[in-house]
Amino acid sequence: MWSIISVLVENKPGVLFKITNLFRSRNYNIDSISVGVTENPEVSRMTITTEADEKQLNQIIKQLDKLIDTLEVKLLDEKKSVYRELVMMKLKVSKPTDIKEITDLANAFKCDVHDVRKTSIIIEITATPDRIDALTDLVKGYGILEMARTGICALARGHGDEG
Amino acid sequence: MLALEKEGVEIAFGLPGGANLPIYDELYKSNIRHVLVRHEQSASHMADGFGRVSRRPGVCFATSGPGATNIVTGIATAQADSAPMIAITGQVPSKMIGRDAFQESDIIGITNPIVKYAFQPMSPNEIPEVVKKAFYIASTGRPGPVLIDIPKDVQQNEAEVRFPAEVKVRGYHPWVDPDITQIERATEMLLSAERPIILAGGGVIISSAFAELQSIAELLMIPVVTTFKGKGSFPENHPLSLGPIGMHGHAEANKMMTEADCVLACGSRFSDRSVGTFEEFERNLKIIHMDVDPAEIGKNQTTNVAVVGDVKTSLRIMVKMLIQKAIKRNGETAWAKKVKETKEYYRENLKIHPHPLAASKVLKKLREVLPAQSIVTTEVGQHQMWASLFFDVIHPGTFFSSTGLGTMGWGFPAAIGAKAAKPDVPVLDIAGEGSFNMTENSLAVSVLEDIPVIVFLLNNFTLGMVAQWQRTFYDRRMIGVDLKNCPDYVKIAEAYGAQGIRATNLDEIGKAVQTAIKSDIATVIDIPIDPQEDVSPFVAPGTSLKDMILPS
Repeated sequence: MWSIISVLVENKPGVLFKITNLFRSRNYNIDSISVGVTENPEVSRMTITTEADEKQLNQIIKQLDKLIDTLEVKLLDEKKSVYRELVMMKLKVSKPTDIKEITDLANAFKCDVHDVRKTSIIIEITATPDRIDALTDLVKGYGILEMARTGICALARGHGDEG
Repeated sequence: MLALEKEGVEIAFGLPGGANLPIYDELYKSNIRHVLVRHEQSASHMADGFGRVSRRPGVCFATSGPGATNIVTGIATAQADSAPMIAITGQVPSKMIGRDAFQESDIIGITNPIVKYAFQPMSPNEIPEVVKKAFYIASTGRPGPVLIDIPKDVQQNEAEVRFPAEVKVRGYHPWVDPDITQIERATEMLLSAERPIILAGGGVIISSAFAELQSIAELLMIPVVTTFKGKGSFPENHPLSLGPIGMHGHAEANKMMTEADCVLACGSRFSDRSVGTFEEFERNLKIIHMDVDPAEIGKNQTTNVAVVGDVKTSLRIMVKMLIQKAIKRNGETAWAKKVKETKEYYRENLKIHPHPLAASKVLKKLREVLPAQSIVTTEVGQHQMWASLFFDVIHPGTFFSSTGLGTMGWGFPAAIGAKAAKPDVPVLDIAGEGSFNMTENSLAVSVLEDIPVIVFLLNNFTLGMVAQWQRTFYDRRMIGVDLKNCPDYVKIAEAYGAQGIRATNLDEIGKAVQTAIKSDIATVIDIPIDPQEDVSPFVAPGTSLKDMILPS
């Protein structure tokens, strides 16, 4: 089961290491991880996606919670949260018409296009993983020269009782 | 140092070196007693033993680099057995960190998975708060080891410091009030069970819930089995006691555990050594799990009712509920009868190893002569499992062993730490020679620091447990186990200025223990036993308690 875990942690050195080391030492799997400071400079948010069965997921959450540097651990419901990933792909341009085709695809997927050159082009998409997969599938024919992804970033929808 | 004194520290175990000299210079001026060890690993085990017995964190010091890596085993041992400990290491000066300086090791990184928490203060004015937080974290909730790694310049620099009266760690919530509804459900489940059993783990000892446990067992006439770590959480001479379950558990305990329909597990993590295969253990068994650590619920076994919180508090609430309901059973149920018969059957019919110094005879002799309030530690190996099988713990909370990590060399230094915590009672280490070899240089500490303990050495000249597995699982291809009667332990003891006694029959053993208790000096009692004796019963790894192999 693919799951998104949102963790608030102390924003200090060594915390990312503790989290990743916990996954390693207990034989859990990290699919993606993204980290950034929150509105409170003392606190960072980590968004971790993982592939685990229910029992294992339960353990992951409890073990994360047990770490002293974690302040809040939440399992996000896909349907009740907004989650996105930013991906950049450098595509190969083999013939001049490629640029137009790629730009059209990019527009259809609401991508930004950067660094258009004779032999390569960079597109940037922010979307859910399934849309990213769909685009990847469509452009791989041109040849993906390089790819960088940020990992999932997510927030629960609503606030308090509304949610 | 003042921060340590403010935490009530009176004794610390350690060994100085380049990177912790400023700490030692402060120690020189302080009231804290320093116990100089011969190897840092022993300092960590002494702090561990002190912590388990006094239920306050034991403190150990080591220098940077190899000093720090030498205590890694001790930290891992304390973490596996939830023992409160503060390890304070020196580190190279902060400007040198990361430059592969002389005696630099990344001890924070190395110990990450085996500490409850680690601090590395980068300025002297952080130290009072760090120390206070370290003691708070190490001793509350599920206890464990906390590391404080202090760069040398931070030790040296002077600063105006403020000592906080209390500290808060916002991501740490050690105490959860047990949920009353869950305890009610647990009580109902236990009352409606036909064949209930109590499984007491180390958590009962850590929270000293002895009286509460005994009340529940007696009110409901429920038999009590323990894990190995929980050994002695319930008096083993009590009619309801069945002893430890597990790989080398008592036959009657394993047998009754597999026949029970409902278990009240208190402060136990259902280790593989205790329960065998997880799937088989929970088959047809309702599990009530009380534990202070929420992450233990459902980790190894599926739980029917979970009570998160201090075991002593939870059990006390349950006792009150039973008293309010005026529930008091007599022992006349079919289950109680079966339990009694099974216990009697195995106690009378299990084959005893024919050797005149069979472990069972030696340890029963020891029980006869050793006062009930004495503290007993063990090393790791066959003797440890024999202690589990044949040495009954009468006073709750007087038996300690490296049960989780299984650290050879733990028992002797831990006994020294225990004796430092409780100087008025005899402290005895049930040892095997293979294990004792690993930290025997602590004899110097025991003698010179006047912390006399007794080493009760079941000497079979062999790494016996490994030898037993080679005999059983590797078709007697014996390799790497023969210790060839070297060294002479009486002479070793004497070389350190301790007392060495060789005892070759039960009478001599009894007398040697009595002599050791009366004398004020560390004593090694060397008892040559049969190298061919196996530990039995035996539940082979990867099998279930049902598949227990009895002595043949």
